[in-house]
Amino acid sequence: MTQVGGHHTERVRQRTHEGFLRHKGFRWAQIASLLCLVAIAVYFFVAARLSEPPSGGSWLGYVLGTISAGLIVWLACLGIRKRVITSGHYSLKAWVSAHVYLGLSLVILATLHTGFQFGWNIHTLAYALMMLVIVSGALGIWAYATLPQRLHGNRGETTRKQMLEALESLDKQLHDLALPLDRNGAQIVRLSLEETDLGGSFWKRLTGSYGDCANTRALRQMKALPAPSDPRQAEAVDRIVTVLEQKADVLGLARRQMQITAVLEGWLFVHIPATFALLAALTAHIVSVFTYW
Amino acid sequence: MSEVYKIAIVGSGPAGMSAAAHAASKGMSHVLLEKTDHLSDTIFRYQKGKHVMATPAVLVLRSDCDFDAGKREKILEQWDADVKAAGVNVRYKAEVKAITGEKGAFTLELTKGEPIRAENIVLAIGTQGNPNLMRCDGANLPHVQYQLDDPGEYTDEHIFVVGSGDAGIENALGLAADAAQGNTVTILNRSADFARAKKANVDNLMAARDAGRMTVMTETSPSLVEPGWITVETPQGSSRYKCDRIIARMGASPPRKFVESCGIAFASESPSAFPTLSPTFETTKPGIYVIGALAGYPLIKHCMNQGYDVVEFIAGTTDLEPADEPLLKEKLQGLPGRRTVSEWLEFLRSRVEILNGLSPLQMREFLLDSEVKAYKADEAIFIRNDQGSSLFGIAEGSVKVEVDPSNPNITVPIGEGSIFGEVGLISGRKRGATIRAAEPTICVEIPRMAALKLMAQVPEARDTVNRITSERQVLQIFKSGLTPADISEVLASAEVMEIRPGQAIINEGDVSDDLYIIRSGSMIVEKNLGGKPVFMSYVPAGSYSGEMAMIERAPRVATVKAAIRSTVVKLPADPFRRLLARKPELAKRMYDEMKARREINAFIEEQKEEFGGAVDMYSSVANFLIKQGIGEATDVLLIDESLCVGCDNCEKACADSHDGLSRLNREAGTTFANIHVPTSCRHCEHPHCMSDCPPNAIRRGPDGEVFISDTCIGCGNCQRACPYGVIQMDKPPPPKPKLWEWMLFGKGPGPGQPPYEWRKKAAKSGAGAESPKLAIKCDMCSGKAGGPACVRACPTGAAIRVSPDAFLSVARIEKGAG
Repeated sequence: MTQVGGHHTERVRQRTHEGFLRHKGFRWAQIASLLCLVAIAVYFFVAARLSEPPSGGSWLGYVLGTISAGLIVWLACLGIRKRVITSGHYSLKAWVSAHVYLGLSLVILATLHTGFQFGWNIHTLAYALMMLVIVSGALGIWAYATLPQRLHGNRGETTRKQMLEALESLDKQLHDLALPLDRNGAQIVRLSLEETDLGGSFWKRLTGSYGDCANTRALRQMKALPAPSDPRQAEAVDRIVTVLEQKADVLGLARRQMQITAVLEGWLFVHIPATFALLAALTAHIVSVFTYW
Repeated sequence: MSEVYKIAIVGSGPAGMSAAAHAASKGMSHVLLEKTDHLSDTIFRYQKGKHVMATPAVLVLRSDCDFDAGKREKILEQWDADVKAAGVNVRYKAEVKAITGEKGAFTLELTKGEPIRAENIVLAIGTQGNPNLMRCDGANLPHVQYQLDDPGEYTDEHIFVVGSGDAGIENALGLAADAAQGNTVTILNRSADFARAKKANVDNLMAARDAGRMTVMTETSPSLVEPGWITVETPQGSSRYKCDRIIARMGASPPRKFVESCGIAFASESPSAFPTLSPTFETTKPGIYVIGALAGYPLIKHCMNQGYDVVEFIAGTTDLEPADEPLLKEKLQGLPGRRTVSEWLEFLRSRVEILNGLSPLQMREFLLDSEVKAYKADEAIFIRNDQGSSLFGIAEGSVKVEVDPSNPNITVPIGEGSIFGEVGLISGRKRGATIRAAEPTICVEIPRMAALKLMAQVPEARDTVNRITSERQVLQIFKSGLTPADISEVLASAEVMEIRPGQAIINEGDVSDDLYIIRSGSMIVEKNLGGKPVFMSYVPAGSYSGEMAMIERAPRVATVKAAIRSTVVKLPADPFRRLLARKPELAKRMYDEMKARREINAFIEEQKEEFGGAVDMYSSVANFLIKQGIGEATDVLLIDESLCVGCDNCEKACADSHDGLSRLNREAGTTFANIHVPTSCRHCEHPHCMSDCPPNAIRRGPDGEVFISDTCIGCGNCQRACPYGVIQMDKPPPPKPKLWEWMLFGKGPGPGQPPYEWRKKAAKSGAGAESPKLAIKCDMCSGKAGGPACVRACPTGAAIRVSPDAFLSVARIEKGAG
């Protein structure tokens, strides 16, 4: 307790804070812009003095190519940085901030590296894959910048676990309420209990189209049932309709949540595989350049 | 009349059982009285398969019964065998209701059967107490029970559960859980709501009621019990229902009343006080001895050792070396002076003022918790802004306090016998000044829990600490070269007040002019602007409030109310004004601070006119956070929901830096205006979790983090005490394959806390030793360079850690109160 000058943990108390885009007053945006401006200025300054337009094979092309390749490899390392929790003074937010702006700067750097020479070859394939990665990443920036509010606004203070528990509890109620019903009515309740699909495929979650939802059908059929003469059954049907409606509400909430989550994750399904493809194409591009030079 | 036993032992827990076994092996005539039909009820009632720990590991066990860490069943089995082997005379279902007589001729009245006569009595009844009984007619009928062991035992019965706490609700839910059991369950609650129970339990109860699985009757109490029937009083009148069984779960009353009725005095009125004991465990009633948890020793090993010792004492042994002697010897070796343990105990007790009132037995226990340290001249004992809540007593030498951070040569001495560090103890805040030894000095460092126990046991110690605290706190807050003599007039009329959360000490517009010092807790300042209370500022412990009205003799300009339970010292205005007149330096200082506070108020008022929205937002966010307990936090994790993408990397990082278990739940918790307070430790100033930790395993670390050390015994007290639900009981999962194996070959569950299924499978395949469930909570990534992993691992900057005094500042308005 009274150790003096011992090893203390770094304090990270903050008064105000910035998101990854604004990190340190847009430090990485400024660095990336500067990099692009310098590259453009040098390119056109050099280009004006060359007989042919500068290509990847010129000294400028090599410089830009080396920078771009280095950046691509470093950018891809974010996936490792995110998962390896080491102690030490790093901030994943700073990494993401740099990842975003330096990644965007590749649009300029790599394009200048091509010297605007495109064709049906491995080199242009690498370029195209890179652009695909960047475009999907830009989608990601949009998602990260706009969706969190909706994600949390939708769920309020209900957690995923609570949503599942609510559904479970409603199902239990449906099961108990269905006991006095005849076969026909019980069949409808079973439809909701057994056939309702909460999530489904990624595409279903992304689009949020559950038009054929079993619970919706069960609700419709239950409402269409002729009123039973037995008062006990009539009361059960009334309460079942209420519970089915409650279930529809919870399903809607959970599905909206899954939809937003799917959008927040969906771009990664392009971004990550395209990154691996890019790394492969980039390797082929570099090897072929040096082999067939 | 029956035989007169040499010793009657009441209670068959570890302490009583060990005493009885030793009496039996010494051939002393004895009887062991147990209320239930089995030994050691407290441990018997642990859940099945619970791993019981044997701490402190260094303490040698001295008992005729064996004890080692292990499963509950194994331990109980061992004890049953030991008790049998020793030939203990056990009397089951023997509940003592009164003790009369004197040493040599006591009579123990039982609830059932013949009284028992004994020369000496050992009370080892623990602190669990007795269940509160139903008071209506018929409450003693056999179908009224106060415990429910197995809800599955009863079928096709009409069962009434009486009581609205967690125990009652859980019992009722258990009885109604399986419809196939066919029970008709009703729960009775005397009040209208279930305020004492956990929210989750109440929700489940309401769900069960809505589903028609049980009946909930509120504002209802039982008035008559007859075989097969119960009559209850409802707001609509009384009704009679069919009833085969009544389960009454109405809490327990602590055993203090019973103990006092035997003629035994407690050390103080405080609810945490223990009976006053001699070095041989004898109470103020000669012939009655108290051992075990009731004597203030909650750990099994201590209890068993005391059982052995107390029998030795009763048998007349005087030179028994206490079992903790080696521990103390080790603790005290290396100190200058070549004293024996008992010489040290006497040296410290007689030298340090607050220890004067302790008995040798208390002194022994006290020293087990505390540290004695020798310092060289000029050696730092603690440094300004260190975290620390321990109290120091000077046994030899003296120390100097560096009162002026800018000039270490200005010091104030504190002499032999006195104490220091009390502000940290009482307010839970950082150290206010650096303190160095002025000469070679020996100090005893008393951890917070031991200091609080001491204050509860010895009223003189409490008064001394309080007096010194007030004096030093005033000197420290106002500085300006004041001396104790200057402020003696102010302190003479000072009043220490306990303030409830939300209670105001100052009301806007009132004509009053006293000054308040916040000793513990914190206050918020509100001002009525445009008909709405607007949050102006947060006043932490160790500051003052109310100076404007005192200096300007004007009505109060704002309301000051407690954010959490707080202690304040009220300093009357007139003596303070005279002090200001005598000390122009102090007057100038206070005037300057007042000006600064007034500027902040003016700024907020001005902003309110121009940008009402921003101020309202700031004010309501501040109020929300105070309601979430941020007022007692020192460091809290907040999540900005406008940035959080729900990736749970914070949880994964937490798990991966702490044995694979996450100590935070991002999704759970409350939200207001984009600020989400996840379920994660706030490192309270006065942590609730510390209040009842048998092995004293919860401590505050050097950076203010409240952490659980590896001496945890897994009792779960802290989990129940934490109002924020941030402590969980769990065991570390089996080690995961390396991360690169997961990345390349998909081996193992990947980053973060492994899912339950994986843990179960991995635990089965790995032949790991059985490990107990221990309490785990955030330790603020103590000792890790770079600080808390949750913040470092947040990709978008949504996770931040804040301290309330910094976060609740006006700077947020200027930034748009985001």
